[in-house]
Amino acid sequence: MQSINDIQDEIIEDFSMYDDWNDKYEYLIEFGKSLPLIDEQYKTEENRIHGCQSRVWLHAELKEYKLYFFADSDAIITKGIVGLLVKVLSGHTPKEIAESELYFIEKIGLKEHLSPTRANGLVSMIKKMKTYGIAFQAH
Amino acid sequence: MSLNIAQIRADFPILQEKIRGKQLVYLDNGASTQKPHAVIEAEKYYYEHQYANIHRGVHYLSQIGTDLYENVRKQIRQFINAKHDHEIIFTKGTTNAINLVAYTFGRKFINEGDEIVVTEMEHHSNIVPWQMLCEEKKCVLKFIPLQEDGSISLEDAERLITSKTKLVSVVYVSNALGTINPIPELIAIAHKNGAKILVDAAQAIQHFTIDVRALDADFLVFSGHKIYGPTGTGVLYGKEEILNEMPPYEGGGDMIKSVSFKGTTYNDLPFKFEAGTPNIAGCIALGTAVKYVQDTGIEYIRAYETELLQYATEQLSQIEGLKLYGTAKHKSSVISFLMEGIYPYDVGVLLDNMGIAIRTGHHCAQPVMDHYGIPGTCRASFAFYNTKEEVYVLIEGILKAKKMLS
Repeated sequence: MQSINDIQDEIIEDFSMYDDWNDKYEYLIEFGKSLPLIDEQYKTEENRIHGCQSRVWLHAELKEYKLYFFADSDAIITKGIVGLLVKVLSGHTPKEIAESELYFIEKIGLKEHLSPTRANGLVSMIKKMKTYGIAFQAH
Repeated sequence: MSLNIAQIRADFPILQEKIRGKQLVYLDNGASTQKPHAVIEAEKYYYEHQYANIHRGVHYLSQIGTDLYENVRKQIRQFINAKHDHEIIFTKGTTNAINLVAYTFGRKFINEGDEIVVTEMEHHSNIVPWQMLCEEKKCVLKFIPLQEDGSISLEDAERLITSKTKLVSVVYVSNALGTINPIPELIAIAHKNGAKILVDAAQAIQHFTIDVRALDADFLVFSGHKIYGPTGTGVLYGKEEILNEMPPYEGGGDMIKSVSFKGTTYNDLPFKFEAGTPNIAGCIALGTAVKYVQDTGIEYIRAYETELLQYATEQLSQIEGLKLYGTAKHKSSVISFLMEGIYPYDVGVLLDNMGIAIRTGHHCAQPVMDHYGIPGTCRASFAFYNTKEEVYVLIEGILKAKKMLS
């Protein structure tokens, strides 16, 4: 299993292939489409992340001391972004997730390309995933 | 005579900006309009050469500031044809003005069981203050329903506005749909039933002439930043006799005549409602903005924007899978739309990447979106500095976004 940082580095490399932001968005859109859908039963108000312009749901499950994330969004670009976060953090221990430093967002230029409203959504997503990490450390 | 759009565009420095490497196409005028150089310069000039607090100083600068500020009040009075200068109350904006009416008129004149009538197309600022009042006073908030084309029917208004209605508060132009409401008729219905009426002109004041006396509006509100003026400025117009009956809103500053530990006597209109140091520089620049609009000619602005709206509507209608929301007969320059199977946020993000600024989401009018059962729309809202070429850039952008997202 790759470490969180290995996956982040891989994403940074993937994005570095594109100079044009349209191409980066195309990548995000395709990535969003490939994200496995969250089971409908988990699309609850409790699992909804607030702060996004679009609706985002995030569900977490602990299996053999590792946390797995499942997410979905109405908006395909948001889905791509949350998909990247799922790819980076899913399948790691709660401790690794809670202590992770997510540098890939800045490195791929995603943060500066998001308006504060959208960046707030991104921050909310990361916060929620890390909160799961902290909460499940006790298990 | 027609507008010299090239000259007008040259007056707005931000329109020359490049956003994400592309020429800015600003189509979010419903949220806020850009500022001409004259407005920016007026605020700067005041701070650099004339600044002091107003209404209290005996010194030169204070008197200059007071004169400039009070001249804007006269100017606004003329602009909307109010009877008296003191019927013009400066506020922080539309929301602040509506809240002022809710807190003062509402608390004094609206009681348990009374009714307030709004429409289903109101933005949140013309719903929430009334909901708060209704919760406190146990009065009832009623909504004139929205029809499929985004208009309201006068039959519904006749049915809902009754002798129990104490206030009708209605938007002149819907920010989400562009619908122009039949304000003269609604005013007549309200008055026939003994109710007062507040007209929210936030999306109207910059597009066509408003004459409060011809309308016989009891209250009219608008924001400075939507008529090419600074943020944090706005106006509440109210008929003198009603404003005189209303208690003050906030305490302190200019609203006071005399204070002792035994009690306070309040100042006369308009100062009774202008507590604290106001946005002096902003108000002075608002005067410049209104002058800019008057000098340009609001009738020419209306004609040009109508032409632009018709052109954009025709062009957008030709895009396969695009649905327009808000197709009322009488509309202002707002176009709300959705692409089939595509979430508005995605379209907004991709257009932003092409330098095109539109608004996506519920536009602070969630009940409108609930009515249509949609999460929100993409909204292009035009000002008189926009062009048909920009509409073309928007169309190209939408087609590109559609291709990327399908």
